[in-house]
Amino acid sequence: MTSIWEPVIGLEVHAQLLTASKMFCGCRAQYLGMAPNSNTCPVCLGLPGTLPVINQVAVQLTIRTALALNCEIPEFSKFDRKNYFYPDLPKGYQISQFDLPLSLNGLLEFEVEGRLVRAGITRVHLEEDAGTLHHAGEIQNASFSLVDLNRAGVPLMEIVGEPDLRHPVEAPAYLAALRRTLIYLGVNDGNMEDGSLRCDANVSLRRTGASELGAKVEVKNMNSFRSIQRALDFEVARQTELLDQGQSVAQETRGWSELEQVTVSQRSKEEAQEYRYFPEPDLPPLVISRAYVAELRAALPELPMATRRRLREQYALSEEQARLISETALDAAYFESVVAAGAPPAAAANWQVQNLQALCNAAHISVSGCPVRPELLAELITMVVTDQVSGAVAKEVLAEVFETGARPSAVVLARGLGQVSDTAELERLVAEALAANQKASADYQGGNDRALGSLVGAVMALSRGKANPKAVGQLLRDRLPRK
Amino acid sequence: MTLLDRSIVELGRGLRTGEFSSVELTESALADTRTVDGELGAFLRTTAEAAMAQAAKADRQLAEDTGNRSPLLGIPVAYKDVLCTKGVETTAGSRILTGFIPPYSATAIERMEAAGAVGLGKLNCDEFAMGSSNENSAFQTTRNPWATDRVPGGSSGGSAVAVAARMVSAALGTDTGGSIRLPASFCGVVGVKPSYGRVSRYGLIAFASSLDQVGPLTKTVEDAALVLEVIAGLDARDSTSSSAPLGDLRGALKAGVSGLRVGIPKEYLSMEIEPGVRDVFDISVSRLEAAGARLSEVSLPSTEYALAAYYVIAPAEVSSNLARMDGVRFGPGFGSAPNLMAAYESARHLGFGPEVRRRIALGTYVLSSGYYDAYYLRAQKVRTLVSQDFEQVFKEVDCLISPTAPTTAFRIGERLADPLAMYATDLLTLPANLAGVSGMSVPAGFAGGLPVGLQVLAPYMGEATCFQVAATIEEMAQIWQIRPAGHANLESPV
Ligand SMILES: [Zn+2]
Repeated sequence: MTSIWEPVIGLEVHAQLLTASKMFCGCRAQYLGMAPNSNTCPVCLGLPGTLPVINQVAVQLTIRTALALNCEIPEFSKFDRKNYFYPDLPKGYQISQFDLPLSLNGLLEFEVEGRLVRAGITRVHLEEDAGTLHHAGEIQNASFSLVDLNRAGVPLMEIVGEPDLRHPVEAPAYLAALRRTLIYLGVNDGNMEDGSLRCDANVSLRRTGASELGAKVEVKNMNSFRSIQRALDFEVARQTELLDQGQSVAQETRGWSELEQVTVSQRSKEEAQEYRYFPEPDLPPLVISRAYVAELRAALPELPMATRRRLREQYALSEEQARLISETALDAAYFESVVAAGAPPAAAANWQVQNLQALCNAAHISVSGCPVRPELLAELITMVVTDQVSGAVAKEVLAEVFETGARPSAVVLARGLGQVSDTAELERLVAEALAANQKASADYQGGNDRALGSLVGAVMALSRGKANPKAVGQLLRDRLPRK
Repeated sequence: MTLLDRSIVELGRGLRTGEFSSVELTESALADTRTVDGELGAFLRTTAEAAMAQAAKADRQLAEDTGNRSPLLGIPVAYKDVLCTKGVETTAGSRILTGFIPPYSATAIERMEAAGAVGLGKLNCDEFAMGSSNENSAFQTTRNPWATDRVPGGSSGGSAVAVAARMVSAALGTDTGGSIRLPASFCGVVGVKPSYGRVSRYGLIAFASSLDQVGPLTKTVEDAALVLEVIAGLDARDSTSSSAPLGDLRGALKAGVSGLRVGIPKEYLSMEIEPGVRDVFDISVSRLEAAGARLSEVSLPSTEYALAAYYVIAPAEVSSNLARMDGVRFGPGFGSAPNLMAAYESARHLGFGPEVRRRIALGTYVLSSGYYDAYYLRAQKVRTLVSQDFEQVFKEVDCLISPTAPTTAFRIGERLADPLAMYATDLLTLPANLAGVSGMSVPAGFAGGLPVGLQVLAPYMGEATCFQVAATIEEMAQIWQIRPAGHANLESPV
C-alpha cells in the first residue's frame, strides 16, 4: 500500500573533532576514561574572568570537512553565544555559530539499495561540547546529579542536512556515508556508542507531491544506526496514522526510547528554548583567506565514493568487495599495499575482507593496525596461489601470523605445513583413503563425479591439509579408471 | 605628609638611595589601610602577609641590583575586586562570588607583580562594576575622601579612594562606560581608560566584554604612564588584546601641546554641566590655548543616542556573562529547591543585588527573539555611528577635551532612587567605550572644594596623545600634591 503521505527527513549530526586540545583551552580533547573533572582548567570550567582562545586546528578540520562535503566557505565567519541554563554548561552559554557559519550549501552523495541519492548539506559549523551529568537514579526523581566537565569544551562540529531524505531507510545510509567521509578525513572517530558521533532527525510528512512542509518533529536520543532506522520508521508511522485520522501533527521534540521502541514527547513548540544568540564578544571574527581554503582543498584525500569507484575499476573488484575495502581509507591503503607487494587483487580482496577482517573483528582491532602487515598477507597469498600451501593451511598460518606477526613462510617451515606434492607419499595416502572409502570409489567409477570430491577430502584429511588437492585428484582419477 | 604623598618616581628614588625600604613603605601603607580606611571603606580585604613578603623580596632586589629596574619595584598598589587574584578571594563586589578564590591572577595583575609592585589587597567597587557611585557594592559603602558624605564615583570607587587618600601609589580599575574616569574625577586622581584591546582582559570578571578595559588610577599623569607601560600589551589568553605599540608615553609627558589640535565636542558641552565644573573646564582650555594648542569646536552628532545604545549593549552582554553565576559552583548556593529552575532562581535572587538583576532582566529582554532587531541590532548600528563620529573628528583634531562628568561628587544616596539620573552620570564617558578609543581623566581644579577632572580622548591606540595633553593640564593646574585631608571645605583654588 502506498501512502498519500511523503516523509521529509533531515539529519543534524554532531561530530567531536579529533584535535589534541579542546575548542577554547589547552585541556585534552580525548577525555574518555579520565577521572571526573580531571580534564578541566579555569577556561573550560567557565570560571569568572577566563576567556576563550580559538583552537585553529578545529577550524581547519571543520573547513576540511566542509570542503569534502562540497560546501561554500565564506570569507567572513564568527562565533556566537547560545544562551541557556543547564548544569552541564558551565558558562551558561555555549559558544556556537549562528548566522555566519564556517560553511554553507554542501552536498553528500550516497547509495541506498543500489540507488544514488544526493542530499543537500545546509551548513557545517563549529561549537563546543557540553559536560555530562550523572543522575542519582532516573532524572525525574533523582535527588541529586553529579556534573563532570571533562567533555565540556571539546570541539564539536555540527553538520546540518537539508530535509532531502524521503524514506527512513535513507537516514542510516546518509549517516553511514557521512561517517565514512569523516573517518576518511581523519576528523572524527565515528564512534556512536561513546557519543563522539551523534545524530538527531527532523521528520515531517506532507501530501505526496506537495511543496510545503508539514509540522516538524525533532527526534533525539538515537544512539545507533539501527535505532535511527527504527525511530524514523516509528515516527513516520505515528504521523501517518494521525494524518490519516484527520488529526494534525504537533510541532515538538520527541525522544526515542530504546526500551519501549517508541518516540516520546519531550518538549512542545511552546516550551521551545529561547537561546538569545548574539555575537561572542570575547572572540574576534574569523577571516578565512581564499589562499587558505585553496590549500585545504588541495590537501583533501580521496573520498570514499571515489576510492570505491577506483578500486572497482583499477583492480576489477566486485561492487561488494570495493565497498568493503573502501570502508576506511586505511583499509583501502592496506589493500593496495598487499597488491603492491605482489598479491593478485582478487585474492587480496578476498583474504582481506573475509579471513583477515574476521580475525580483526574478533580482536577489536583494525586491519591496518593488526600484526599481519600487508607484505605478510601478500606473501601468504602468493604461497597459496603457487600451490605451496593449501587454502585450509593458509588460514591456520594466517591465524598464527595474526598472533605473532611472524613471516608466513617461517610459520609454514617451522610447523611443517608445506604442501605435499611428493608422489610416493601421496600414493600412500590415496591408497589408504581408497581402502577406507570403497563405496565412494565405486560411486565414482559408476559415474558419480561428486564422489571424487569426497575422496579428495579424505586424502586431505589424512594429510592434515598438507596434500596438494590438484595432484590428489589426478592420482585418484588415475587409480579409478572409468569404463 | 606621608611617604605616599610622593609620586612613584620620587618613591623609587627614595627606595634606590636607601632613604626608606619597601618594607617600611608597605608597613606605613598597610597601617593606613587599618586607620584611614576605617572611615573610607576602600579596601574589601588586605593581603598584608603577601604584601610584606613581596616588599621584602623587592628590598632584596633593590639591594642586589638584580636588574629589575621597573619603576614599580617595591611600590604599594591595590586592585579592584573584579580582577582575579590567585589564592585571594575575589568577589566583584557581589554576594554571589563570596568565597570564590581564583586559581589564577588577571594578566594585568601578573604583570604588576612581575614588575615588583607590592599588592596590598582588593578594592571595593559596584557589584560586577555596575554603577557610578560604588553604592551598588554588596559589602560596604566607600566614601569620598574629599567629603565623606559623598560618593567616590564608580564603579572603580575603591581604586580612586585608595590612591586619593594616599594608601597606595597606584590602583588598577576597570572602565566599561566611565568606571575609571568618573571616580578619578570625583576623587581628584588620574585615571586612564586605555583603548579597547590595549590591556588584557584575562582574569577580569566580565561586565560587558566588548566595552571593558583595565586601566590605572594614580596621583600623577607620569605615574599612570609607568603603570600602563607595565600592564599594556598582547596576551595570548585574550584574543581581543592588541599588539599595537604603546608609543613613547614618557616622551609625550614632556612634549607640550604647541601646535596640537584639540577639539571641544559641542554635544558634550551643550549638556547640563554644573557651573563650577564648567569654570574649571573653561580655565583649562584657555591655559591650553596659552600653551600653544589650537582649540576648535567639533561635532560628534551621534552622541545623543550613545547612552541608549550603551544601555542595550552592556546589559545584553551582562545577561550572558553573568549566566555562569548559577549557584552550582560558587556563591551562597540554593539550599533545597523543588527543581532546577527554582534552584537557579533562588541562587541568583540571593546572590545578585537589585541593579545587577535590573541589567540582567534588561539584557535578557533585548536579546529575546522578536526584540533583537529593534534593540540589540539597532544599538549595534548606533555603536557603529558613534565610532564613525570619532573616526571623522580625529581627522580634524588630534584629541578631544571635555569635563569628565557633568558634576562633582554627589551625596551618598542622592541618586539611588533614580536609575536614569545615575546612568546620566556616564554621559560624557561612555561614548569612548562604545568606540574603543583611548581616554583619560586628569584633575584640573576644584569646585566647591571638590575635585574636577577633565577628560582627554584620543584615537584608538593613541594613548600617547592623551598623556601629552593631560601632562600639560596637570602641570598648569599645579594641584596634584593637594591631598584630601583638611581640604574638604576649601574654596576652589582655581
Ligand atoms: Zn580546559
